[in-house]
Amino acid sequence: MKLIKILFSFLLLSSLFMVGCKPKDADIKASIEEKMKADPMMAGMTVDVNDGVATISGTCADEACKTKCEETAKSVKGVKSVVNNCTVTPPPAPVTVNTDDALTRGVTDATKDHPTVKATVNDGVVTLTGEIKRDQLAKLMMSLNTLKPKKIENKLTIK
Amino acid sequence: MALQEKYKELIDAANAEGISNLQVKEQDNVLYIDGEASSGAAKDKLWDVYGKLDPDFRSADVVMNVNVAAGAGTKAKVTTDKTNLNIRKGPGTDQPIVGKAAHESTVTLLSKTNDQWWLVKTESGEEGYAYAQYLSPE
Repeated sequence: MKLIKILFSFLLLSSLFMVGCKPKDADIKASIEEKMKADPMMAGMTVDVNDGVATISGTCADEACKTKCEETAKSVKGVKSVVNNCTVTPPPAPVTVNTDDALTRGVTDATKDHPTVKATVNDGVVTLTGEIKRDQLAKLMMSLNTLKPKKIENKLTIK
Repeated sequence: MALQEKYKELIDAANAEGISNLQVKEQDNVLYIDGEASSGAAKDKLWDVYGKLDPDFRSADVVMNVNVAAGAGTKAKVTTDKTNLNIRKGPGTDQPIVGKAAHESTVTLLSKTNDQWWLVKTESGEEGYAYAQYLSPE
């Protein structure tokens, strides 16, 4: 019994000590996290609070998200300052689409062996009309897909 | 992101086939898939999946530019339907024909001008440009 009592008081003391160490920081951290979780934009962020200084880190989709993270943290009572370590993912490079001239040349080559296929190019879009045998369609499409078109409108009649 | 949902099976297949430099981008309602396949079989697998998800390729919402990786010195088989493959002076069907590579013969890749035209050497030693669609790297 005595041993249990000693153990129990030790546990009680140690938990008191831990809570007493930084109660406020933990509370601040929890409320920032709660606010961020509520917004899908900031859901994946990590928050750390030390002596009222909140540090936010994680990856943001854009600058607006980064700003919002900082504002959210600042709005919580007890936050003295915010270290905003969020990184913004650069937007992916736009898709390269070939010029109509290059596409027209490419399309001429690709359809050379498919005389019943007519192909036109306009603003990066390749439009196919005419007819084709079913077993030739995939081959033609594979060939056209390597030309870097914006898209391919297949209006072919398939025989 | 809607297209990445629609073509999830295709993107999964690209990952499963180990397509290198794989890039998947969605822009203006078109899904662009770029990369290099290690073999013709891997490329064909992707086209099978694409054809299943979009029968007859009618939706105009995918541009899949996946080519078989091949460097200089690679041997490639001439996979025309029946005919011999034209070897041309330059990269383009408007270029004069300087030779022929027999159906099912093997050519050696010297360099790639682009994804469409490869500079090759035939079994009989003729050098010129051939349309890559009819060449299957071995």
